Amino acid sequence: MSRPVQFNITPKPVDYNGHISIVDAPEGHMGEGFFATKLNEVVGLARKNSIWPLPFATSCCGIEFMATAAAHYDLGRFGSERMAFTPRQCDLMMVMGTISKKMGPIVKQVYLQMAEPRWVMAVGACASSGGIFDSYSVLQGIDQVVPVDVYVPGCPPRPEAILDGLIKVQSLVGQESLRRRNSEHYQKLLDSYGIQ
Amino acid sequence: MALTNEQIQNKLTEKFGEQVTAFAEPYGMLTFEAPKELNLKVLQFLYDDATLQFRFLTDLQAVHYPNEKGRELAVVYHLHNLVDNVRIRFKVFTDINTPDIYTATQLYASANWMERETYDFYGVNFVGHPNLKRILNVDEMDYFPMRKEFPLEDQTRVDKDDEMFGRGGSVN
Repeated sequence: MSRPVQFNITPKPVDYNGHISIVDAPEGHMGEGFFATKLNEVVGLARKNSIWPLPFATSCCGIEFMATAAAHYDLGRFGSERMAFTPRQCDLMMVMGTISKKMGPIVKQVYLQMAEPRWVMAVGACASSGGIFDSYSVLQGIDQVVPVDVYVPGCPPRPEAILDGLIKVQSLVGQESLRRRNSEHYQKLLDSYGIQ
Repeated sequence: MALTNEQIQNKLTEKFGEQVTAFAEPYGMLTFEAPKELNLKVLQFLYDDATLQFRFLTDLQAVHYPNEKGRELAVVYHLHNLVDNVRIRFKVFTDINTPDIYTATQLYASANWMERETYDFYGVNFVGHPNLKRILNVDEMDYFPMRKEFPLEDQTRVDKDDEMFGRGGSVN
């Protein structure tokens, strides 16, 4: 009654040939049973390969994000396997889609609920600068309400572009100094947005 | 026999006489107009009458005609007779300086949010509305965006190149 199987009838053993990518260990001094390196390198390595994003998906870019997170352009490969839909448990807030002026305070509220260290990625033209919607009701870029780390242009950006943005966030996370969040420079940045 | 536009027109003129005017049928949909004081009476008549039975308010919106002084804001009601599948359009005009129209919320519950939207974008004040405040725009906005005098674009941008948009400016 059922159709006979037409594919994968004689499965071949998978030939990896070194094509599995493994994160390289940071530079350090190796010895018999110990490895010494800098703390911020290890912490950066751990943080950057396990970024849990909060998808703040509003419109079309949100659909591209769904495609990025799906099997073909897998976002889980980069460590973002678990999408934290609550700001309390996420590292990266990805704002994808048009944000209207009425939604601006809500984006800020969600940002305030995130715990340090936190990063923000603006995906798409609308989140970066208002996009084609230059009107009385659309916020012209979320950097008017929250500080943004990476902007991904596109309308909508292809999944590869969103992944490129995530890789840039990874490089920012990996190189960040452990004292940055307490530094004066950072406090001044938050003050300019009215965030304590 | 199905309800025709002519029957509706006859019933309206027999009830309201000279006060319902401007009968037209663009694309087959009967359109007429009445003074704004009568809007509830006309809506109630269209609702209650046994043959007319326009019991469904499809849409309530406004149009701004800046050049017709004294009749700048038009509030347009689209009504639907679900039994005979007939639609009509009913317009009331008002002056922009006193844009007061009686609310239709007592008759149609769906008019509640539609009137809030009309207030938000055109500034039409619906007398007797239970909760007339802005619905889609930011609450602190002090102008009515869909009126013709207000521009579409956000006025706070400083980096737009007017020349690319055909306005003859220069790169900032």
